[in-house]
Amino acid sequence: MAVRQLSIFIENKKGRLSEAIKSISESDINIRALSIGDSADYGIVRMIVSDLDKARNLLGENILSKITSVVAVKMDDKGGALYKILRTLEEAEINLHYTYAFTSSKQFGAYVVLRVDDVEATEKLLSGKGFELATDEEISE
Amino acid sequence: MQRYYQPDIETASREEIVKIQNEKIVKQVRHVYDNVEYYRNLMDKKGVKPEDIKGIEDIHKLPFLKKDDLRECYPYGLLATDLKNCVRIQSTSGTTGKRVVAFYTQHDVDLWEECCARAIVAAGGSDEDVVQVAYGYGLFTGGAGLHGGAHKVGAMTLPMSSGNTERQIQFMMDLQSTILCCTPSYAAFIAESLKDRGYKPEDNKLKAGIFGAEPWTEEMRQAIEEGLGIKAYDIYGLTETSGPGVAFECSEQKGMHINEDHFYAEIIDPDTGEVLPEGEKGELVFTALDKEAFPLLRYRTRDICILTRGKCSCGRTHVKMCKPMGRSDDMLIIRGVNVFPSQIETVLLNEGYTPNYMIYVDRKNNTDTLDIDVELSVDQFSDNIADLQEREKKLAAAMRTMLGIGPKIHLVPPKTIQRSEGKAVRVVDNRKLHD
Repeated sequence: MAVRQLSIFIENKKGRLSEAIKSISESDINIRALSIGDSADYGIVRMIVSDLDKARNLLGENILSKITSVVAVKMDDKGGALYKILRTLEEAEINLHYTYAFTSSKQFGAYVVLRVDDVEATEKLLSGKGFELATDEEISE
Repeated sequence: MQRYYQPDIETASREEIVKIQNEKIVKQVRHVYDNVEYYRNLMDKKGVKPEDIKGIEDIHKLPFLKKDDLRECYPYGLLATDLKNCVRIQSTSGTTGKRVVAFYTQHDVDLWEECCARAIVAAGGSDEDVVQVAYGYGLFTGGAGLHGGAHKVGAMTLPMSSGNTERQIQFMMDLQSTILCCTPSYAAFIAESLKDRGYKPEDNKLKAGIFGAEPWTEEMRQAIEEGLGIKAYDIYGLTETSGPGVAFECSEQKGMHINEDHFYAEIIDPDTGEVLPEGEKGELVFTALDKEAFPLLRYRTRDICILTRGKCSCGRTHVKMCKPMGRSDDMLIIRGVNVFPSQIETVLLNEGYTPNYMIYVDRKNNTDTLDIDVELSVDQFSDNIADLQEREKKLAAAMRTMLGIGPKIHLVPPKTIQRSEGKAVRVVDNRKLHD
């Protein structure tokens, strides 16, 4: 069920991001979502891409990359939609490491990505409460 | 004003000093040979007997001691007397792999403190002074040495230890300290802190400072002298020989007089071990002439230095050493703490990192900084920043435990630190420590 995210580690230096993105851009891989967390020294680039395994191969061994499972929840296109999701997590005392949102033109929807410790339990909770979850297949289309 | 703490010996003629050294070395070699099995074996291996040492000119026949020997002998292997005769232990900065533990009898403590007293008097100190000791107290020899020296002089001693600058300044002002003893970088920091609080150099009562335990330049001396409105004097020593006070600067502020009635100095070629003539640059070697508990003979300091015996305007006759001009090993002195790159490597390996790292040392606002680039491996990479920050914190804490000072850790992607085919360059020292 969970969505697989590609994370890469880059130095917080001029040109490092474009260098990393360049290696996957020379193919037909589509970057559906992107978020960066950074410190003074480094950045962690998190991406949801159309073909993750291919993207990781293209990055090669010289770029530190990792695949993480995250939860992608579809949001209603109206006010308070994000809060409803966050509130649900909070009530269940699920700790959120980071989050970001993206929209998909094909699915005509907005998604919020949740990075949690227990993906399975979080998905079970959210679908139980009637939220619609995205799958890898939907996103890579 | 008193000019010398022990005038007879400090201004003794060359002949008198040599006579003292001759007597002491013969006795000392016998003492060490009889009581220290490790050194006896070294002498036997070299085919030297105590009776071969008839005077100080025979000292070159003796084997050297190196830091590795001290490590091998930890803790009691070089002890030359019964433990019950010892009254004190001091140690080099908390560094597991390279720790040196030095033992002192009361006689050893006294001679060490007398050496420090000579330094204090040379800096213009007397029983009318208030000596603020802002070196670290504890196992580190800085605090204990100058504290004892100030007592011997009869000065009022402020045992501040290092740090807590707010309190240093309060005591300095309220109790009117006249002599400050600390590392030069801390002195510079105190000067800056005073300025930040709106004090002018003439607002304090300080007249002199005795600064050592780390390398410093003439520029730094000038900055400290102007910032505090004092005369700044250098002092030299190491735990292996006793602590600070082995050598000290006089009013000339040009080189440090070695207390050669207690410590005999030689300059050798670090590669061949050959003794070099006066005035030539080489590695400084010390022999403790009359210490009882931990008497190192021909100890290689790894400090590169020059000895000179010209006439000094202060009237002291003892040989002078210049400020150390570098090291013949890879040891770094950072905030007064001895750091070996190998220790940093040990911590990295213990904590599961690769031995690929770069050490950057710099001096910012007169304080040494230590930054270490460390490569992150695939298994260690987390997409969660908090995890990586936790990693940096944990590694910095492990470094602090090993080194005694905390570095700033920088995680870098794998294979970004340059690989070298020959001798790897692991250290970039951007400080300008030597003129």
